[in-house]
Amino acid sequence: MKAFTRHSGLVGPMDRANVDTDMIIPKQFLKSIKRSGFGPNLFDELRYLDSGEPGQDCSMRPLNVEFPLNQQRYSGASILLARTNFGCGSSREHAPWALEDYGFRAIIAPSFADIFYNNCFKNGLLPVVLSEQSVDRLFAGLYLEEGYQLTVDLKDQQVLSSDGSSYDFEIDEFRKQCLLNGLDEIALTLQEATSIKRYETQRAACHPWVFGAIK
Amino acid sequence: MSQKTLYDKLWESHIVTERDDGSALIYIDRHIIHEVTSPQAFEGLRLAGRKPWRLDTNVATPDHNISTDRFEREAGVAGIPDLTSRIQVQTLDDNCEHFGIKEFKMNEMGQGIVHVMGPELGATMPGMTVVCGDSHTATHGALGCLAHGIGTSEVEHVLASQCLVAKKMKNMRVTVDGCLATGVTPKDVVLAIIGKIGTAGGNGHAIEFAGEVFRDMTVEGRMTVCNMAIEAGARVGMVAVDETTIDYVHGRQFVPSGGLWGLAVAYWKTLVSDDQAVFDSEVFLHADEIAPQVTWGTSPEMVAEVTARVPDLSSQKTPEERRGLERALAYMGLEGGQAITSIAVDRVFIGSCTNSRIEDMRAAAAVARGRKTASSVKQVLVVPGSQMVKAQAEAEGLDKVFINAGMEWREPGCSMCLAMNADKLGSGEHCASTSNRNFEGRQGNGGRTHLMSPAMAAAAAVAGHIVDVRDFVQEVVT
Ligand code: SF4
Repeated sequence: MKAFTRHSGLVGPMDRANVDTDMIIPKQFLKSIKRSGFGPNLFDELRYLDSGEPGQDCSMRPLNVEFPLNQQRYSGASILLARTNFGCGSSREHAPWALEDYGFRAIIAPSFADIFYNNCFKNGLLPVVLSEQSVDRLFAGLYLEEGYQLTVDLKDQQVLSSDGSSYDFEIDEFRKQCLLNGLDEIALTLQEATSIKRYETQRAACHPWVFGAIK
Repeated sequence: MSQKTLYDKLWESHIVTERDDGSALIYIDRHIIHEVTSPQAFEGLRLAGRKPWRLDTNVATPDHNISTDRFEREAGVAGIPDLTSRIQVQTLDDNCEHFGIKEFKMNEMGQGIVHVMGPELGATMPGMTVVCGDSHTATHGALGCLAHGIGTSEVEHVLASQCLVAKKMKNMRVTVDGCLATGVTPKDVVLAIIGKIGTAGGNGHAIEFAGEVFRDMTVEGRMTVCNMAIEAGARVGMVAVDETTIDYVHGRQFVPSGGLWGLAVAYWKTLVSDDQAVFDSEVFLHADEIAPQVTWGTSPEMVAEVTARVPDLSSQKTPEERRGLERALAYMGLEGGQAITSIAVDRVFIGSCTNSRIEDMRAAAAVARGRKTASSVKQVLVVPGSQMVKAQAEAEGLDKVFINAGMEWREPGCSMCLAMNADKLGSGEHCASTSNRNFEGRQGNGGRTHLMSPAMAAAAAVAGHIVDVRDFVQEVVT
């Protein structure tokens, strides 16, 4: 997993509440065998005028020019500014995969759905919870100024804007350390390999049938 | 010594390390893999340059995306009509080959729905932790093990480390005493439980099913019950080990024999809740209260006795409940107050990891024997849960019974349980189904699912509408 310490980038808007995982990546794309490549289908139904199918060349599809992320001024955005209950719906990990593949590194919203919030951390994407008022102010700044950038500093737990204002955010210490050090849960668990092996040795002594059965 | 529940014992015996925040690293004994939730996990392993921690713990099989049509199956993976599905199944084969994981391929003996094949091969044994990238993994708890579904990142986590980071759940016991009446099956028991505690009733809990009814039940029946624990909100369902469990496990492919068998049995017999163990919550039902059940709505808790009527709006207390009922009735195309038995069915599905074991096939065949499917019914799919179930059913001549009744005898797989392969409901069609979820669109866009037991589904096929199997064929259900 990519480490996340401090990230500055262009901000893009997703200005509606309750954006669900089906909106983020529609179900027909779940037959894919890859964790990558979902970026072109992020927000598929909002982003394109036709209906998307897996395996299509999206560069030829008619774009919905009304959809903000399709506008030139947000091209290359890496921080998504969103509204309450972002990521609600199913548990599909394809949702954070699609956001990350598109190029987002952080999402700022007043609240996130539980499972989606968890899944983000497993995929190097930082979900930042700020108050509704703070998010309103950021949206105002974003709409006012073309090329609006923000900096998300995980170590200091702050979002910084170019006018000098800053916004503090909370984050679970364990998850913060994982992201700062670029550790995924697997790497972390594997640091305990000695304990796992010790467990296996003890277990094999008393429950030997658990081992070696499947060949 | 303090008194422990079965879940306490299973949890404690799998702790590798405990952390300050109350989470623990839990050792996983058995990992079952299918084509839909595994490709990204294997890709993750590859990208990180990791190998499976152990090979002798994983067992794989394709089930969700495969065709159940005999001719398509005979053509092998190339016969799967949908390209993306075909690639997904081929990828499972390739990944298992590459990493050296034991796979029961699409047309091999042993293949089947993950939750049917695991126990029947003895890959699932009492006392184990069992996981799979599928929410119905709770099924395996019927053998006295700790089994639950996981997401794709966790599939990768288990492959790489043989462990999961988890927090302990609360203990719930559902006790059903008494004797089930004729025509009342394990499916009716679990639907009645869900009707009583609701789809969120088991949230955050591991449920142990206890009492006379489960003691008298076969392991197949216990699997039907544990399978639907997730529909009551619990990730885990389980039944304590007894002689029935041990008899079931005996002689299966991956189960120990000789001296090891004796050692294992001695341990397995300790896998019961202690007499004085305390549960965080308890639910009681009596077998006398349970009649054949049918769901009428779009959530498994929207369930009623077959002799009842669809609820009407006046029965709902709050405006929110009324809106919920209105939405469900509109989707299902039903009127409040209409008799459940007046619901005509367009298709019938007998299968899925809930009800596709040999007993289920026998129960359905007992009703279908010597009868014909109603002419108004477009299709009846009978889909055995595994190659072994299929072989056993054919040895008993059950396939002929179904075919003679005008039903289709298919190849093993998930089939019409979910709309991911070619077996689907059309929009607006009503289906008498032995599966586990009646959500909107679950069996096909606009499809209307009525969950029930295999005998009830077969009876609906013959009658052309939902019918009480007890009046219908008194002689066959005894
Ligand atoms: S039969 Fe249905 S519920 Fe069971 S594993 Fe297959 S799709 Fe899931």
